[in-house]
Amino acid sequence: MLMQNKSGSQGRNQLVDLQKAGIQRNGRWLVRGVDLSINRGEILTLIGPNGAGKSTTAKLVTGVLRPSEGTVARAGDLRIGYVPQKLSIDWTMPLSVRRLMRLTNSLTDADLLAALSATGISHLINAEVRHLSGGEFQRALLARAIARKPDLLVLDEPVQGVDFAGETALYDLIRQIRDTTGCGILLISHDLHMVMAATDTVICLNGHVCCRGTPDSVSRSEDYQRLFAANARGLALYSHQHDHTHLPDGRVLHGDGSITDNCHPEDGYHHHHDHDGHDRHGHGHHGHGTRDGEATRHA
Amino acid sequence: MLDDFFVRALIAGIGVAVTTGPLGCFVVWRRMAYFGDTMAHSALLGAALSLLFSLNLMVSVFGVAVVVSLILLVLQRRQALSADALLGILSHSTLAIGLVLVAFMSWVRIDLMAFLFGDILAVTRQDIALIWGGGLVVLAAVVWLWRPLVASTISEDVAEAEGLKPERARLLFMLMMALVIAIAMKIVGILLITSLLIIPAATARRFSASPERMAVFASMIGALAVAGGLFGSLNYDTPSGPSIVVAALLLFIVSLLPFGRAGADATTGGIGP
Repeated sequence: MLMQNKSGSQGRNQLVDLQKAGIQRNGRWLVRGVDLSINRGEILTLIGPNGAGKSTTAKLVTGVLRPSEGTVARAGDLRIGYVPQKLSIDWTMPLSVRRLMRLTNSLTDADLLAALSATGISHLINAEVRHLSGGEFQRALLARAIARKPDLLVLDEPVQGVDFAGETALYDLIRQIRDTTGCGILLISHDLHMVMAATDTVICLNGHVCCRGTPDSVSRSEDYQRLFAANARGLALYSHQHDHTHLPDGRVLHGDGSITDNCHPEDGYHHHHDHDGHDRHGHGHHGHGTRDGEATRHA
Repeated sequence: MLDDFFVRALIAGIGVAVTTGPLGCFVVWRRMAYFGDTMAHSALLGAALSLLFSLNLMVSVFGVAVVVSLILLVLQRRQALSADALLGILSHSTLAIGLVLVAFMSWVRIDLMAFLFGDILAVTRQDIALIWGGGLVVLAAVVWLWRPLVASTISEDVAEAEGLKPERARLLFMLMMALVIAIAMKIVGILLITSLLIIPAATARRFSASPERMAVFASMIGALAVAGGLFGSLNYDTPSGPSIVVAALLLFIVSLLPFGRAGADATTGGIGP
């Protein structure tokens, strides 16, 4: 029913659609119950703490990983441009920026140069990739992905190692690419300030979808206030709404001490805004639980 | 001086070197030296089985190498032991089983040294046909799969996301390795095949500005090493396989010397002075 509605209303514009997608490795759920879809001309941003499943979700979208449950539907002949979070090139491989640009497809010199100019590194066209700085390397990877003229750009932390001024420029560029080519963009970032202006939808992940919405609607929500208030204080960004812990065996320990197989909202255990109730029982998100006190006070 | 057997050996050896060059580049880039060794060592088991069941030598060596690499894939998925340890187990146990089988077959007299270190005298016209035929098949496949192979060497994820089917490329690469081992065995021998994959590729690195050039240079350097090694083998009556490897090593050492373009590229290679 839901599927029909979606495909009916959005039709050809939908590039990729995840329904209750989850992926399990060695008995542990890396991410679960993810519903998301990306349309042409839309920028979707994923945020979340380390290990929240952001990159895993990106790999579900690109088809690098197959879901253990749920479905992932991609438009036929979907052309993807992918900037992975990590990429290491062995020094034994001689590789210039020019050659890197043609890694997965052939390219005219004009297109190649245009992409390098757009990311501001056309002067490095003949440089050895392993001699690039971190920021230059990210620009080269982004240039490579956009030169493909993809339908869907998947950018996993595309501005890591880029200085502040460059970051602004690259996010402007990403928005500009969306505006001019009309491609869909999946953006992973932990710097919400920078991406907010261009983003249509934000999804906060923490092993599952914690919260979502347009920046406008989210910005009025309590979650968003916490996100931004917390962001200003640095590491406390993700202290909101952790009312449960993911156990090593994949089950979920909730704030009230109960254990269930997953943390889907329909469990009835997953309440985002009842920290004051649960915190007293000592909930166990050790990794990022330092601001529990704050969260309680806010709530 | 150029007796008939020597010309045959030269033609066969160059055919092998031309084939191992591009494959060797991938072995170096992907850090698969030990994997190549393991597949090569399993060739003795293949040779023993071919004697036992009167099969064609190359076919059974190829078959065993393929089976060993598939076993490795399955064991790696179960993640009980590290890839390193699994390779060690498979590498030496297949070699040992091969040696034991050969020892049991008292009714056949075989020259074990020829299997282990290669024998130029053993190269026949049929071998030349198989080496060049198989080599051309491998080279054609490398050209066909070049983009997916290079792309997935740099990033499996990017190759997969952008539709290059890296898994298929990897599987075919393993088949190519098995085929190369089967055809190279007579020239350099089971124990030294990996060196013919790695040393010319490593030598070519210094002179190459792109993956494509490195593959071509590796073939040329390999052919040079084969020629040099075979001449040395003839002159000094040394075993052919080890002589070729020594010649390849000499070329590698020469490539390390700080001559020619001593500019930025050579000195930042990581192994330069």
